[in-house]
Amino acid sequence: MSVYTKIVALLDDKFGIAADEVTETTTFEELDLDSLDLVEFSMAAEDELGVKIEDEEAAELKTVGDAVKLLESKGASV
Amino acid sequence: MSTPVAITGIGLVTPGGIGAAASWEAVLRGESTATPDPVLEGMDVDFSCRIPDFDANALLGRRARKLDRFVQLALVAAREAIGDADLDHETWDGPRVGVVLGCGMGGAPTWEEQHSVLMERGPNRVSPHLIPRMIPNMAAGHIAMDFGAHGPNLATATACASGATAIGYALDLLRVGRCDIVIAGGTEAGITPLSIAGFNNMTALSTRREDPTAASRPFDVGRDGFVAAEAAGVLVLERVADADARGVRTYAKLAGYGASADGHHVTAPDPQGAGGEMAVRAALADAGLEPGDIDHVNAHGTSTPLNDVSEARMISRVLGDRPAVTSTKGVTGHALGGAGAIEAAFSALTLHHQVIPPTANLDSQDPEIEIDVVSKAPRETKVEAVISDSFGFGGQNAVLAFTA
Repeated sequence: MSVYTKIVALLDDKFGIAADEVTETTTFEELDLDSLDLVEFSMAAEDELGVKIEDEEAAELKTVGDAVKLLESKGASV
Repeated sequence: MSTPVAITGIGLVTPGGIGAAASWEAVLRGESTATPDPVLEGMDVDFSCRIPDFDANALLGRRARKLDRFVQLALVAAREAIGDADLDHETWDGPRVGVVLGCGMGGAPTWEEQHSVLMERGPNRVSPHLIPRMIPNMAAGHIAMDFGAHGPNLATATACASGATAIGYALDLLRVGRCDIVIAGGTEAGITPLSIAGFNNMTALSTRREDPTAASRPFDVGRDGFVAAEAAGVLVLERVADADARGVRTYAKLAGYGASADGHHVTAPDPQGAGGEMAVRAALADAGLEPGDIDHVNAHGTSTPLNDVSEARMISRVLGDRPAVTSTKGVTGHALGGAGAIEAAFSALTLHHQVIPPTANLDSQDPEIEIDVVSKAPRETKVEAVISDSFGFGGQNAVLAFTA
């Protein structure tokens, strides 16, 4: 399992977003996730992957791929 | 006497069903909607009046998870009311559309869920949605977002009178010309273990757990408290001239509003209903009605020993023995901040259909209650003027007067 598939599973579990709605280039805006949702996303990612996303970093995330890159750069692995 | 306004749209989400038609049919059937409640399992009071089959995701989509249930109910009711009034929110003059939505408690389920998160997982896991889900003005706020209603937008909080207070305030907004349309009502979804424990420990609730459908029995000698309910009721209100110009169907007119404070006790009503009387007299004066004009009272009638007797005495004293009285709480239970709004809707529907719903479970009327309570079956009769009583903890009273 990759960080990407973990995030896809997390989006389904926490936000009710089906896997087939998501690609690496899908934006959080397209998924109707706002700034508060991204805070929640960061909390869940920290729980699932053990890597903390700072609030300023969360605010910069535009696409699902951005989140994957950020988490991988912080050493996330599954 | 001031100008009446027209009720041109009704939206209801009640324990009787989703939609005004289902809710109205349920109150006409006169059967209690109380059932055992899995959320309350193991508690001394383990039953309530829930909305059957309310699927928030199906009705509101994925964003439902970001909304407390009291907001979900209000949005569904508002959507129905606006459609029912034949209004197009894409083209209406948004800044002239106000929203006043009463709520007694706000997002109680969200508070409790997130308090558990705080205790179990610490402050860093409390949802960023806690505050916007919980604050009681969010029902009005979301209606503005969904429908482009950019006029005055607020919540009223007068406990169990909140929904009626909202509608009364809406009347004022229309009369002074601050709005052309007001979406007004009330909503509540506060049936949680914590709130039920609180209500029960103040001995407000019926404890008839062996027979929940007999628990809400307004004006009956065997009543022992109210049954908690969840509901939202929303009305579309506009000045009569505007409604006539649009050629839209009008259910009834909202003719007057009276408000008062008991200034007596935190929860017990004034034993003679003096505060309620002030509100009734103010509503009559505001509507230009005489006590003898009132054909029907949709009572507060909570099924608590104290309320029902003091309210009945007040009705006898102020209105005499003429009005046919009903408490739809026998069917719906007590929806707290939503109650005054759904009962305003039932009052309007009574005028529209010329039929008074019965009070459920009235088997043996309390001998201290000397009013004409409609029971067993709907009463078809000429109804030209109706008042609806709502009394909140804190001694806050709101009475609405309606005419055909």
